[in-house]
Amino acid sequence: MSHTTQVPHRRPVPDHSGAAPTAPPRARRRPSSQQWAAWAFLTPVTLYLVLFYAYPLYRNLDLSLRNYTVRSFVQGDAPFTGLANYRTVLDDPTFAPALLHTVVFTAVCLAFQYAIGLALAVFFNQHFRLSATLRALFLVPWLLPLIVSASTWSWMLNSDSGIVNTALHAVGIGPVNWLTSPSWSLTSVIIANIWIGVPFNLVVLHSGLQSIPAGLYEAAALDGAGAWRRFWSITFPLLRPVSAITLLLGLVYTLKVFDIIWIMTKGGPADSSTTFATWSYQLGFGNLLPAFGPGAAVGNLLVVAALVFGLIYMRVQRKQGLS
Amino acid sequence: MNSFSFSRRRRLTAAALTALAVATTATACGSGSGSAGSEAADSGTYTVWDPYPQFAKGSAWVKLLDACGAEAGVKIKRTGFDTSDLTNKALLAAQQDNSADVLIVDNPVVSTLAEAGVLTTTDDNKLDTSAVDPNLLAAGQSGGKTYGTPIGANTLALYYNKEVLKAAGVDIASVKDWPSLTAALAKVKKAGKKGITFSAIGTEEGSFQFLPWFWGSGAKLTALDSPEAVSALTLWKDWLADGYAPNSVLNNTQTTSWQEFATGDYAFGENGTWQLANAAKAGFDYGVIPVPGADGGNAAAPTGGEFVTLPVQGDTGRYATTQKIATCLTSTQNLYDTDATLSYVAPTTEVQDKQVAADPGLQTWVNAVKAAKGRTSDDLGTKYPKISEQLWKAVQSALSGSKSPEDALSAAQSAVK
Repeated sequence: MSHTTQVPHRRPVPDHSGAAPTAPPRARRRPSSQQWAAWAFLTPVTLYLVLFYAYPLYRNLDLSLRNYTVRSFVQGDAPFTGLANYRTVLDDPTFAPALLHTVVFTAVCLAFQYAIGLALAVFFNQHFRLSATLRALFLVPWLLPLIVSASTWSWMLNSDSGIVNTALHAVGIGPVNWLTSPSWSLTSVIIANIWIGVPFNLVVLHSGLQSIPAGLYEAAALDGAGAWRRFWSITFPLLRPVSAITLLLGLVYTLKVFDIIWIMTKGGPADSSTTFATWSYQLGFGNLLPAFGPGAAVGNLLVVAALVFGLIYMRVQRKQGLS
Repeated sequence: MNSFSFSRRRRLTAAALTALAVATTATACGSGSGSAGSEAADSGTYTVWDPYPQFAKGSAWVKLLDACGAEAGVKIKRTGFDTSDLTNKALLAAQQDNSADVLIVDNPVVSTLAEAGVLTTTDDNKLDTSAVDPNLLAAGQSGGKTYGTPIGANTLALYYNKEVLKAAGVDIASVKDWPSLTAALAKVKKAGKKGITFSAIGTEEGSFQFLPWFWGSGAKLTALDSPEAVSALTLWKDWLADGYAPNSVLNNTQTTSWQEFATGDYAFGENGTWQLANAAKAGFDYGVIPVPGADGGNAAAPTGGEFVTLPVQGDTGRYATTQKIATCLTSTQNLYDTDATLSYVAPTTEVQDKQVAADPGLQTWVNAVKAAKGRTSDDLGTKYPKISEQLWKAVQSALSGSKSPEDALSAAQSAVK
């Protein structure tokens, strides 16, 4: 069934390297006024990209390849040391736990955000009364400034005066040191981040659901398919492209999550909730004596990770398009 | 769903852009600095950067700056930064040769900025530091040179709640050393109240709060794994294990720790001079004692407070006027006024006497400041930040139970080396 909807993917776009197809043969030398205009329109966005994306990225790469001390940072004569900063970072005892935490944090957050977001999206797709209002209310976590929601979470999870432990006490469970125990801190920040990420998944998946023709469900119902069967045979497969982009965006957002962790646990105690994002900040800014080089190196590792997943996504998309 | 089938190239761009977005948000140590520096200003305007964003235009502090500028015949352009932000801002500005004329920074940062070559020495800028208490000035000295003068000092001591202690039957005069303090905490707990709160957070604040106990045990920052250091960390760990201190200290900043003490449930709270104004508002009778040493006596607490420094300028002709402004800011009367607003102890004996004459309750704090020790003193300089980071990590590891105090401190010591 899904194959019928794949037709537009087969659009013939074989040659990407060629010039604009509308351009006349290459005999003419001077660009037409139309081309000048095209360049003029392109300039602002190019400038913007260079100034705000390419240059910072270049600076970050440069920082990570030089041995910056505070002195050489100011004097601008930091010696080029190749990959020494990366070696420092890889040999650091924090590296392995930070990598593990980043992977666990990202994977668990994504899985729960997506599952809960999808369940809620299907639920709200039923158009019952107050459905729109309730859906709007679910957006609140997304609209709140992160500093507000993270601080609120850290109050709620406080070991001694937090409402969560009070509630647990009421039902007879002993207090849990949510933020101050090495075995719980990562769980706590994951819970908070899932709460923040669900609305995004809900909104995107809900809009994806709207584009599934209602006729399919009617036909399936006539054929005797139950709700469960309709979900797995219609909703889920037809939602796959939307799901893919949701998960990719979610992945990028989750990889770089910094504020929630920093406000709630500062990556601690004893590095038990340190991810690459907080570690990078810790190295560059968390100390009176900034280590810009290793900090930038960790940041670049994050960029590479995001890029790798972006490429994987593209591969999957292309395969889907060809199938 | 077709709208999601981008062309291949567009997808490549999208992937690249999202990766870039990660880059720019995750590591913001890029380029650029504020244009508040001296080059943007004309020769009649002098810039001042300070870590007091709480003081807006019209506040006594800003008026004082303007007055000192007027006295030197120039205009003052002032920018207030968040303390944690100021070091990097100052480094970036120096990189662009765009430093402020007068920079007021937290004292442990002075040696870092001096190491970076950002600051002029008092030999160059002719700032007179002869009246300043030597133990306070030491925080701004490195390699035999002095890089500024303190505008005020603060330090840590133990606030206690008289009502709670009375209810528990503890005489504060009996608290002289660690065993007697721990015994007092046990009594308080028995009486159904809470013992002590402090801040053991994983930042510089955590090290700052641990140092009085660390130094009070006789330990030195050059040997984090000494038996004395282990005894200090064990003291804190046992307090948590016995329920004398709340588990939340691991996440407490000094402000949240103060809020816990201000609830009135706690017998003791380790906090600084700057809470005096809040203490008066707390609604219960409080007292202050110095942090006791392990075997009696008073432990040395670390000095807090800012230094007035004069950053290096491309145009050396500016120093004469800058020196006038800095001298004005640290004159006897102005120090007295400024330190009253900041709730600090003055750095000179003359002004301290004046402060105590006006408020005898300040005597404990003046004594504490006189006994205090700079974190970067003993020529630790830029070694201190690294030691401090390992120290707070060790405190966090031990208190959270992921390592024993011995293991945590020996790991810290080997990481410093």
